[in-house]
Amino acid sequence: MAVQLPANDFAEPIADGDEPLYASRRKIYPKAVSGPFRRAKTGLLLLTLGIYYILPFVRWNRGINAPDQAVLIDFPSRRFYFFFIEIWPQEVYYLTGLLILAAVVLFLMNALAGRVWCGYLCPQTVWTDLFLFVERKVEGDRTQRIALDAGPWTVNKVTRKIAKHAIWLIIAWWTGGVWVLYFADAPTLVKELATFQAPAIAWISIGILTFTTYSLAGLMREQVCIYMCPWPRIQAALTDEYALNVTYRYDRGEPRYSLKKAQVAHDAGLPAGDCIDCSQCVWACPTGVDIRNGNQLGCIQCGLCIDACDSIMAKVGKPQRLIAYDNDINAQRRAQGLPSQYKLLRTRTLLYAGIIVSVSFVMIFALATRSDLGVSLIHDRNPTFVRLKDGAVRNAYTIRIANKYLERRLFLINVEGFEPGNFQILGNTTNTMVVEVDPDRTQEFRLLMTTYAAIPPDASIPIRVVVTDVKTGQTARATGHFRGP
Amino acid sequence: MGGEKKARNNSEKALTTGHEWDGIEELNTPLPKWWIWIFYATIVWSIGYWVVYPSWPLVSTYASGAFNWRSRSAVQKELELLQKLRAPLIEALRAAPVEKILADPQLLNLARAQGRVVFRDNCAACHGIGATGIKGYPNLNDDDWLWGGKPQDIIYTITYGVRSAHPKAHSGVMPAFGRGNLLKMPEIIAVAEYVRTLSGLTPPAGTDLALGGKVFKEHCAVCHAENGKGRRDIGSPDLTDSIWLYGSDQKTIVDGIYHGRGGMMPAWIDRLDEVTIKALAAYIHSLGGGK
Ligand code: SF4
Ligand code: SF4
Repeated sequence: MAVQLPANDFAEPIADGDEPLYASRRKIYPKAVSGPFRRAKTGLLLLTLGIYYILPFVRWNRGINAPDQAVLIDFPSRRFYFFFIEIWPQEVYYLTGLLILAAVVLFLMNALAGRVWCGYLCPQTVWTDLFLFVERKVEGDRTQRIALDAGPWTVNKVTRKIAKHAIWLIIAWWTGGVWVLYFADAPTLVKELATFQAPAIAWISIGILTFTTYSLAGLMREQVCIYMCPWPRIQAALTDEYALNVTYRYDRGEPRYSLKKAQVAHDAGLPAGDCIDCSQCVWACPTGVDIRNGNQLGCIQCGLCIDACDSIMAKVGKPQRLIAYDNDINAQRRAQGLPSQYKLLRTRTLLYAGIIVSVSFVMIFALATRSDLGVSLIHDRNPTFVRLKDGAVRNAYTIRIANKYLERRLFLINVEGFEPGNFQILGNTTNTMVVEVDPDRTQEFRLLMTTYAAIPPDASIPIRVVVTDVKTGQTARATGHFRGP
Repeated sequence: MGGEKKARNNSEKALTTGHEWDGIEELNTPLPKWWIWIFYATIVWSIGYWVVYPSWPLVSTYASGAFNWRSRSAVQKELELLQKLRAPLIEALRAAPVEKILADPQLLNLARAQGRVVFRDNCAACHGIGATGIKGYPNLNDDDWLWGGKPQDIIYTITYGVRSAHPKAHSGVMPAFGRGNLLKMPEIIAVAEYVRTLSGLTPPAGTDLALGGKVFKEHCAVCHAENGKGRRDIGSPDLTDSIWLYGSDQKTIVDGIYHGRGGMMPAWIDRLDEVTIKALAAYIHSLGGGK
């Protein structure tokens, strides 16, 4: 929702004539700031990157038949390991649940405080921040960088540029290097990478990730958020008038004058706002936005302009938070002399929270009751039945037993709803109804069922296959039908 | 754009494209330059693609592209890789005798997977996708095996065929008793009805079963045995069971006696290798457990 601008409009004037079809990029030189939001960002940066870089090396003991890496996406054997959770491809609905959860958490964040994700947590933001940090260390802060870029290509400039890009590339390489560790045993792969023994796919993945990290965080930066990312578009449609967004309190700041002019206005008995038009908020902004133009697509709501403005307010002796997390409603309320109002509990936040709680509950329930034994019964379709020499009718099935347990297990197969003795398992070493299934594997068996009984024409007799773990007595069932002519 | 009236949107202070729907105006937001450069780059890329990939049709063939980069060679490469990955499995199949394959769930699953494909490619034309057979082509799911249903029997039959040109093929035919003037029509009808009674079917009233029995003893028992149970060494069917390769009605049986029978199955030894035949036999055996 666009902020209603006050009458003495301060939006930048647009030159007359045709606007160009394609815009050149305006290079942005974000200035370093300090303050609570900067600290929060730094803290989250260290936390998220720390998790990313360390997680593949965390071990988790699962016994001898399974990898001991806490988080592992094992493509060759089609398993996903996450600490105590092991997921098979057919259980990908857990991932669906996780994605639903992630989406609704994003919505909730947005309903509470706008683009928290964008400002603090998005990998694009985190890595850009890291790359900016490097840039500042190598080339200096905003003023020095502008001067360096405008100046001639001296040895100093070349050295600094090379150093910056080299460090960026190293970071980017490590980003890709860690990425691949999630797909194989990390210590082994590190060794293979160090001795150039790693498989080609690892090098290719690292190469791609190096390229994307370097170009997205180093070169593209705010362009990703403004032109490429879908979230700002969705976010704008999901927000409401109570969502807290980084907001310039124009009711307090306008009319803005430089300190000198403000004095003149004051002397003339004219009103002067708190904004001293120092541009610090614009300079601090990593996306080059002037927040005083109101909430806008380019703003990722990182709060750095709040820190920048607060330090100026402190210097000129005015109250903090001329720029603050605030909403439209409050600007209007203040204009009417009413106190600010923050409504965290609204229909939508409660609804989102409700969805999060129920989806989490379903997920936890599903995980807690996840069986490590699965059975399915597949009836032969062609033919559905066959007549034997002696006139008996036989049906053939494939039984598929999934042993998600990390030990070899013996199972007794029994068929309910069918006269005993008239079923037989093919391809079975023990020649009984007991079959053996390897650890962490699915195995198939052929089941033949024959009846001599007279069955009604076009019969479809419900049957039930019960698979029982010989040792533990755990059972699983599958239902099917016996068909006659 | 061209021709459209550009206007200024009041609250956004930006140019619009002149499009407006229900008071909502479309702003003219310029694309970034790099975006258009990427667009040009894709055009250049597509030219390279044309040249390298075989994409130009010619009169009787097509431009062959460069670097041997085409989907055909990609498939080739993937197949080779697959062969390499599968080599140990194929080796296991080669090493194990068919009886061992049938008793080992892992090997059986492997053989079944391979056998199913081979069956569909080669055998399904006559025996049907599900090996259910049709008139004259046996159903392989049941327990009636003309030439034997043990795994080794099945391998033999697949390898050399039935009445194929191969010297080791199964042979033995049902003679044409009618056409060869060995039996008269009334005798044929009588013996046909007699044969039907062997598997419990009732003949129409007035059938001369005594004549039928006599004819059977004189002409048929040599191959089908006195009791009508048939002989596997010459592939003569069991006439006492409820499975009929051609049909159990009088007309069909009379037809068979009059004209004779002798279905044919090719020898696969020249088309399929030993391991494939073994896997195929294991698959077929696992359909209904052979006999
Ligand atoms: S706009 Fe997109 S890419 Fe940018 S910070 Fe937000 S989510 Fe990340
Ligand atoms: S305007 Fe402020 S909150 Fe928005 S991106 Fe810029 S610095 Fe961050």
